[in-house]
Amino acid sequence: MISFTSFPSEPGLVQIHETTRHHPSVLDDMDVDDAGNDLSDKRLTYPGETLTSSHAFMRGHGTYIENEEVIASVAGIVERVNKLVTVRPLRTRLFVRYNPEIGDLVVGRITEVQPRRWKVDANGRQDAVLMLSSVNLPGGVQRRKLESDELQMRNFFEEGDLLVAEVQAFFSDGAMSLHTRSLRYGKLRNGQLVSIPPILVRRLKSHFVSLPCGVDLILGLNGYIWVSKHVKQNEQEGEEGFDAAAVYSNQNDEIDASTRNAIGRVSNIIRVLASRCVPLTDIILLEAYDWTMEQDGGVNDLLQDDVSSALVAAIQGRG
Amino acid sequence: MGSRVEVLNDHGYRSDGRRQFELRDIGIDLSQQNFADGSAIISHGLTQVLVSVLGPREAKSRSQTIHDRANINVELNVAAFSTGERRRRSKNDKRILEMAAAIRSTFEPVIQTNLFPRSQIDIYVQVLQQDGGVLQTCINGTTLALINAGIPLNDFACAITCGAHSTSPLLDLSLLEENDLPHMTIAMLPKTGRVTLVTMETRLHVDRFEELLGLALEAGNVLHEEMKLAIDKRSRTLVAAMKITWPGVGEDLVEKDFDH
Repeated sequence: MISFTSFPSEPGLVQIHETTRHHPSVLDDMDVDDAGNDLSDKRLTYPGETLTSSHAFMRGHGTYIENEEVIASVAGIVERVNKLVTVRPLRTRLFVRYNPEIGDLVVGRITEVQPRRWKVDANGRQDAVLMLSSVNLPGGVQRRKLESDELQMRNFFEEGDLLVAEVQAFFSDGAMSLHTRSLRYGKLRNGQLVSIPPILVRRLKSHFVSLPCGVDLILGLNGYIWVSKHVKQNEQEGEEGFDAAAVYSNQNDEIDASTRNAIGRVSNIIRVLASRCVPLTDIILLEAYDWTMEQDGGVNDLLQDDVSSALVAAIQGRG
Repeated sequence: MGSRVEVLNDHGYRSDGRRQFELRDIGIDLSQQNFADGSAIISHGLTQVLVSVLGPREAKSRSQTIHDRANINVELNVAAFSTGERRRRSKNDKRILEMAAAIRSTFEPVIQTNLFPRSQIDIYVQVLQQDGGVLQTCINGTTLALINAGIPLNDFACAITCGAHSTSPLLDLSLLEENDLPHMTIAMLPKTGRVTLVTMETRLHVDRFEELLGLALEAGNVLHEEMKLAIDKRSRTLVAAMKITWPGVGEDLVEKDFDH
């Protein structure tokens, strides 16, 4: 087991910075006096600061090598694992962009239809790619995709459609390739999309969650969350009563008022939790839902500051 | 012509009471602006600029994607109320486009664009107040916003305006001085002392150039210290906030990164 330790900060130096300013030449002298170039006294860094020599250490993320020196390229916390030096950037929004890994479940939106592929916005650095060859044909027929399939790609997915997929592979430039070759993946309907910082979505055994209030959730690891009406197991597309057209249907089912209410409530809970940086799991969501039902407030009341504070306090109290 | 303002009087003071090499007051605000991934408001004296950085993200058009690195897109907008000049400058005004291009070329060697192939980094610059040294303020603000957004940079880019009043050099010119004196704007990388931008709109005597350049580099180092302090303060606030609202966030992140 590897253990991770951060470097201890040096309180004395900080106070000097807080109170007085010096001419650069004077500052240089001070650094020499404090023998500050040893890696072990640095904790917070900024771009362009020399961390250590590249002979003794390896460069990790957030650093680069020039003139045999490891230099920080982002502002953040210096971390060291044995010989590897990394800098973890500090940002107001924690890791806004999603860093994909193979096998991740993501929710995305089609942005473009191209020859034999769709471009999907999945909150990453670049749009993801969904190849025509990695989707299921309606009816679940297994065969090579023909030219006729290519011509009717818009019948499967159109610009603006939402879908759930899995990360299959990466291209050489780092773009991710998705696939929907499972009965659980495919086009989304009967619900609402909520977007939160990707870091708040924890890895779970299953990212398909069914809440007892008649709401289904898909927790995309890219921070896109799909909240929708519950579909009974045996009515799921692709199961017994398989309906070929329904897989790529654009038509919502009939959703009654109480389900709409529940969907709205769950969406608002997710927004509130995300705004307070509470990581999302099915258990926390369930507790939060029960709490809001006990409070007997409307769906909109949740977004008020005092109610949301009380909700977060209640969750953290129980957890 | 009426009364004239002395740019530099016999006692060595400038029209706003500064000495020759004195810089104007610097104000830096790095707090989060609405939709930006990183943003900064910076003021040099009365010149104030808001910079927002978005990305790296998918490029808007195919023509803008570069297969091996990120494209840097700079959009500059000058608020109509920011200037005393009663003339509306549109977004496509030649001067504004040129200034945006200057900012872009300043940051091309600074941002590590090769880490983000086929994506785009958008830099939106909004000039809020103008009192000389607009380009310098835009560049310094962009550096801070990029750092705030967590985009990897080789170094800070510190910019400063300098001019010559007959034989005496002046630093960080105000609008009044800028109108009267030959001047230039310089952007430098403090770590290596390299210069990424030198731009002049007026004629400057070649004998003055060397002295001005040396002074500008020194002033760049001073600005670097100020910007470092602001970044350091911001980092400390963020670390403190993370510890309170979300205990144990650090350990968790590290584990996540190394699992695979």
